Amino acid sequence: MSTPPSITDLRTRTHSGAVGIHDTVAGALDRMKQVKAGRDGLNIFVSLDEKHVRKHADACDGLLSHAEPTPLLGVPVAIKDNIATLHHPTTCGSRILEGYVSPYEATVVRRLRDAGAVPFGKTNMDEFAMGSSTEHSAYGPTRNPIAPDRVPGGSSGGSAAAVAAGIVPAALGSETGGSVRQPAAFCGVVGVKPTYGRVSRFGLVAFASSLDQVGVFGATVDDAARTMHAIAGRDPLDSTTADLPVPEYHRASERSLRGLVVGRAKEYFPDSLDSRIRARCDAAFEKLRENGAEVRDVSLPHTELAIPVYYIVAPAEASSNLARFDGVRYGLRVEGDGLRGMYEATRSQGFGAEVTRRIMIGTYVLSAGYYDAYYRKAQQVRTLITGDFARVFGSGVDVLFTPTTPTPAFPIGAISDPYEMYLSDIFTATANLAGVPAMSQPIGRVDGLPIGGQFIAPHFGEEMMFSFAYALERALGAEAHS
Amino acid sequence: MAVTIDDVRHVAALARLGLSDERAASLAQEMNTILGHMDALSAVDTSGVDAVAGVGAGGLPVRADKGPPIPLLRSLDAFAPEVRDGFLLVPRLSTHDTAEEA
Repeated sequence: MSTPPSITDLRTRTHSGAVGIHDTVAGALDRMKQVKAGRDGLNIFVSLDEKHVRKHADACDGLLSHAEPTPLLGVPVAIKDNIATLHHPTTCGSRILEGYVSPYEATVVRRLRDAGAVPFGKTNMDEFAMGSSTEHSAYGPTRNPIAPDRVPGGSSGGSAAAVAAGIVPAALGSETGGSVRQPAAFCGVVGVKPTYGRVSRFGLVAFASSLDQVGVFGATVDDAARTMHAIAGRDPLDSTTADLPVPEYHRASERSLRGLVVGRAKEYFPDSLDSRIRARCDAAFEKLRENGAEVRDVSLPHTELAIPVYYIVAPAEASSNLARFDGVRYGLRVEGDGLRGMYEATRSQGFGAEVTRRIMIGTYVLSAGYYDAYYRKAQQVRTLITGDFARVFGSGVDVLFTPTTPTPAFPIGAISDPYEMYLSDIFTATANLAGVPAMSQPIGRVDGLPIGGQFIAPHFGEEMMFSFAYALERALGAEAHS
Repeated sequence: MAVTIDDVRHVAALARLGLSDERAASLAQEMNTILGHMDALSAVDTSGVDAVAGVGAGGLPVRADKGPPIPLLRSLDAFAPEVRDGFLLVPRLSTHDTAEEA
């Protein structure tokens, strides 16, 4: 797939007048048609109002008079369908919100617009972000642009595919257990999950509030770094955002790795790991060594417990957050026998199978008699997982490097066992549970399918993480995509 | 701790989900399989370990409990299923079947 112009190129050429924002947007719309991004093809977008997108592009022309180009001037950015926008519906890939248009806008979307970006349609996703393949969408599965018989990963599969297909240089997704990094790995693009509290969740439809974060996709590390910088920072509308300065992440490209330490955690390289993925990771470690970094073996002993913990904590929080979808205030209403009948009919017909399953598990583990055995226990083990990271980062390790996923993208329909699907997140869920930042970037291909390598950094260590990512991207060059 | 059909019915009622008999049976099976994997946690010694109360060093800050944070840019009737005079309408409670009782 072709690569669209980088964000740096676009903003410079737009500001100089060499290219018009309207032309850039028209190019992205043409590219969509060229790659067959519609419902009958890759099925990347749930909604895209061409007229509105073009109108917004025209409105951005006012920014051209600024002395300096705004950070994302003229850049089309696709938005995951669980992030509230004023002009496109926000359905979360669910029947229960079909046609719902939010009466307010997410902070991250407003910040994109303030930075000069053009919000470019809403992308397909697993319903309410519950899934690892974008097969669990009420609007049908998204296909991987690199191998259309395969899944793009999930839950932010549409956003990853939009970047991989060369339609936009950047997109927003959301992370709860790996929903940006895993599809980034499957589609051969860069995906970043920031520290919990780095980016506002205001306007992100809540799934599991102690885990959720808005993340970004980029065609390159630089595209991702610049988009992350544009959306990060304190937001009075989200009390969990940190009141800390936001570094200019693109400046991390200038930092040398000399004297820095990258950890190789043995738990992320089990004997069962695909040998070809292991080999790609080893090659990446070698590149980091050649760039001056020290590679140090470390251990995070509670890693294998991340999936059991995650699949108790996340459904528990989801069962509470999704209680609001009951046919009263917004979305679908299905009449039933009285008020209770209406609740039950609406929720049963509005939610798909995976969402229903997780609400059931979440309600069960929070119910009387099971809370201590499941939920409280999981939150205690979560403390141990967080402690693993604190201990390793406290010992002088600057970042960890791991495979992002245990396998490349799998064929559509290949995994029907829910727990087997959950294991797709085995290397990613730890960072969400601990709240630390992590990112995936392409490190090569296996049988023509992209493989992702993951950096994990301490809380608010995004700048350090980007330094490693820039260096690895430069060192791998074309190898990252071959 | 095997999940029974009765458990599924109880939990579905708590979660306000209507389930067919067939779906209740399949959910019992699925929940047992999934929760079986969660049993790995029971072997972990967590004595003296605090349960996570918030992510990161700062705990979980809360905002002031006051009003809607921003004005809504669309009126209720633009997105609510049924509205009258600025109020959301819902079906009668089964305990208030007639207007007189209500």
